[in-house]
Amino acid sequence: MKLKRKTKISSEIPTASMPDIIFMLLIFFMVTTVLRKYSGLPVELPRAKRIEKLKSKRHTSNIWVSKEGLVSIQDKLHSVENIRHVMYDIRAADPLLTVSLKADKSAKMGLISEIHNELRKADALKLNYSTKTAVE
Amino acid sequence: MKKKRRFRRGEIPTASMADIAFLLLIFFLVTTTIDMDKGLGIVLPAEGEEIEIKKDNILNCLINSSGNVLLGGEPIKTKDIGKEVRRKIAENQKLIISVKAHAKTKYSDYIAVIDQLKMANAKRISIAEVE
Repeated sequence: MKLKRKTKISSEIPTASMPDIIFMLLIFFMVTTVLRKYSGLPVELPRAKRIEKLKSKRHTSNIWVSKEGLVSIQDKLHSVENIRHVMYDIRAADPLLTVSLKADKSAKMGLISEIHNELRKADALKLNYSTKTAVE
Repeated sequence: MKKKRRFRRGEIPTASMADIAFLLLIFFLVTTTIDMDKGLGIVLPAEGEEIEIKKDNILNCLINSSGNVLLGGEPIKTKDIGKEVRRKIAENQKLIISVKAHAKTKYSDYIAVIDQLKMANAKRISIAEVE
């Protein structure tokens, strides 16, 4: 009996540390998960092929432009003339800032161009047109 | 020996612990949306940083309100811009592509053009102000 038991126990995979391993994985995922800070406006992003990833989420600020022409930064609606002040403050706090422009695909270029000018005035020059991946 | 076994019975059952932890893990995996920000990068010129460029080195790219593109004075299909620009850059390394859009041009048309220019490896892109 004793011999049989011994062989049985040794042939099993040790599962005692299993919860620890899984808990570690769990905690890893919980820590690395960044909950979305700002939800923004409902936009349908345009599609593009030659896309690049944004390097760091921490140094990214989103500008949402809906198809109706509403502009939202950090969950607040702003008028176009106001963008320079808002962006200037954000830019001053973070010199490595990249602006991610999340504009609806049917937004008008007149507005986008005004935003370009505002960003230039706020000295936030690194811009990224947020797009989805196009299927070829 | 028998007494020790009784002690074991008093322990919290840890056999299902792994299952519980797995369940939690899978829950977090499923609910986590990894939305990587991606898009077309561009660097705007600084305020008051206007340089005059020779006319020969400029390639005008005009987009009208219905999304039709005029490249260097000739109409072109959006998907052919990449090839054409690549050819022209090979001829003239100093070429700057000036993209000018109408105020009512759709943003997606503009992005399509910028995408084509990126495909042609055009590093010098200038975005003209909308009239």
